[in-house]
Amino acid sequence: MELLLVIIIGLLYAAGIYMMLRRSLVKLIIGLILLGNGANLLIFLLGRIVKGKPPIIDDASYVLSEIYADPVPQALILTAIVISFGLQAFAIILIKRAYKVVKTDDLDEMNATDEDL
Amino acid sequence: MKTIIFKTASSYLLPLLLLFAIFILLRGHYLPGGGFVGGLIAAIAFVIHSFANGIEKTRGIIKFHPGFLMPIGLSLALLAAITPLFTGGALMTGLWFENPVPVIGMVGSALFFDIGVFLVVIGVVLTIIFTISETI
Amino acid sequence: MSNPYIILPIIFQLFTAILLMFFWTQKNIQKAISVALSVVTLGISVWLMTIVLKNGIYVTQAGSWEAPFGITFIADPLSALMVLLTSIAGLAVSIFSVGSVRNARVRFGYFPIFHFLLMGLNGAFLTGDIFNLYVWFEIIIISSFVLITLGGEKAQIEGSIKYVTMNLLASAIFLTAIAILYGLVGSLNMADLSLKVAKLENRGLVNVTAILFFVGFGIKSAVFPLHFWLPASYHTPPTAISAIFGGLLTKVGVYALLRVFTLIFVPDEFMVSLISWVAGLTILTGCIGALIQNNIRKVFSYLIVGHIGYMIAGLGMFTEAALIGTVFYLIHDIIVKTNLFMVSGLIFKIKGTFSMRNLGGFYKEYPKLSLLMAIPIFSLVGIPPLSGFWAKLFWVESGFEIGNFMLVAFIISGSFLTLFVMAKLWSEVFWKDGDKLPKKINVKYFWELKPIKRVAMVFPIVFLSLISLYIGLGADHIIQLSTIIGKQLMDTTPYIEAVLGPITELQP
Repeated sequence: MELLLVIIIGLLYAAGIYMMLRRSLVKLIIGLILLGNGANLLIFLLGRIVKGKPPIIDDASYVLSEIYADPVPQALILTAIVISFGLQAFAIILIKRAYKVVKTDDLDEMNATDEDL
Repeated sequence: MKTIIFKTASSYLLPLLLLFAIFILLRGHYLPGGGFVGGLIAAIAFVIHSFANGIEKTRGIIKFHPGFLMPIGLSLALLAAITPLFTGGALMTGLWFENPVPVIGMVGSALFFDIGVFLVVIGVVLTIIFTISETI
Repeated sequence: MSNPYIILPIIFQLFTAILLMFFWTQKNIQKAISVALSVVTLGISVWLMTIVLKNGIYVTQAGSWEAPFGITFIADPLSALMVLLTSIAGLAVSIFSVGSVRNARVRFGYFPIFHFLLMGLNGAFLTGDIFNLYVWFEIIIISSFVLITLGGEKAQIEGSIKYVTMNLLASAIFLTAIAILYGLVGSLNMADLSLKVAKLENRGLVNVTAILFFVGFGIKSAVFPLHFWLPASYHTPPTAISAIFGGLLTKVGVYALLRVFTLIFVPDEFMVSLISWVAGLTILTGCIGALIQNNIRKVFSYLIVGHIGYMIAGLGMFTEAALIGTVFYLIHDIIVKTNLFMVSGLIFKIKGTFSMRNLGGFYKEYPKLSLLMAIPIFSLVGIPPLSGFWAKLFWVESGFEIGNFMLVAFIISGSFLTLFVMAKLWSEVFWKDGDKLPKKINVKYFWELKPIKRVAMVFPIVFLSLISLYIGLGADHIIQLSTIIGKQLMDTTPYIEAVLGPITELQP
């Protein structure tokens, strides 16, 4: 399981960076999404994967006796997913708007910020 | 999509999905669920309705601009978060009523925080979707 | 010491933003609320600063979960200082916005989002949890995305695409770094991390994580070679927004670097030399870049990059005196950079252009305003006794002490370059004989505005100029304050003990 996740994370990071280096705006956003997903899976992997043991203490005892799954990485991933949901929604609207105003999808054509006024 | 099956189904789905959203919201403290997921489900109920009947009809049902839910939800969440400050506790400390309320169970400040999140999520998602579909 | 009220600066900004959202369409009410409540926030920040200086570090645990399991909020002198500076800059920009931001932007929620941005800044300064810092960073960048795109002109959209992309990349790298750090030590509380990271055997892995953090924060604070997004975007939005961005947003990155590299990853020899080189090259690229620019706001944008280099240089030397200099410069830079962008906005409103080539004769026409504008411009250069001078004294001194002559050379040449840039700007804009500029149709000129708006544009410049005069002339007070903070940055025991309790009990 760990090995599989490691390979997937590597692929997601590689694909994300490759997509970000393209000149198209849409691919740029896809690259950012892939990179974010890779980071989330990395948190999941590094939080130590344990199968099917929720960290809930039953009524009879005071401490957890068995090995349990760490709840913190899941909370972190949930937070990161919610944040990236908002950011990606914004980024998609932004490129749509940019396409309307600049009338191109090519990053190399966007030179208005370097103009000398 | 203007199929008659979808249109008929959507008018039944809307109340059902809204009820389900509230169910998910209320079970969220101990079981999987909560304000965020509940809010998404409620927003999706309206989105399905708008796909079947057009956005104008859906706006007619909601009556006010969905963006207005954002400040209401935020202020509810803020109030729930700062109430413990008045009793000398730290921010966001859980405060609970002594006795359980019928049907809902134990009620505490966490529930009000979750209701705030629920409203904010509905407001945000509906605003995003209505804005996008109007400009296309 | 525990005090649940130290999160008031965050809560109050959130309250302001929510209140403003209820008045989404009434622009005059929004302006009044924004200014009035910014004054109250300034009062709260002053209160926080005084109690922290008097009684030491305050801590509160959100949700009453004990550290290191819950989220800790901590107000040590550095955090309290940053909150205070945020409130000062926030108040100034809020007043300036009343005069300069167009009504169309106010109708799309300029003021609520501005206060969400300030809330994010306060949160980032007060939190004691590394993942919570990430969340506050996201709140800051989301609000800044909205502010930078509000209006949607062509240059603005293109600038914001560069800005958005680099910031999203920085967050992804920051998140990766947090993931690796959590995998290494299994904690997120910064005080707890400080103890646990120090005990790790595998220093190579620790350094890799440290560099990931450095790159993440480096993109946000625009250090060489990650700074290209800043001059491409900061000159595009309205000047009020540039002012808050230029004054505060890059400084959050510097604050995070200061916090993380003094508390969690204490730099070893390799990191110190890496940070020094990055700092030196940042100073050089920023100041040389500013030389060839023609747009005033672009000149200031490049100078932001150059002066970020100074602050990183203090971290690169890593002595107490150098960190004192960095803190001093942080105080000076936030006030002056905010002020300079507002000055550029005022020049634009009067003359209708940002181009140095076309501007001129400002001193002849408006001698009083010109003298006012001279204060921030020459403070930035650091002509003694104005405010930029004192920090450089600390850096040069400690550079000679530890034998890092390379950085001293960079700092001194950076100062000369800044002097040259500002002298050029002064002679081009203020002294050169100006031509009569053609009147632009879509610009509302300063003299066409209502008197109250004119006052709202000049007053914040006077306010911040007075503060920078105080920083320069009353430098003993600021140096005293910086010394307290510099000491605490070098010796983090009080910080850790405030969060976790006495350290001797923690050792097994």
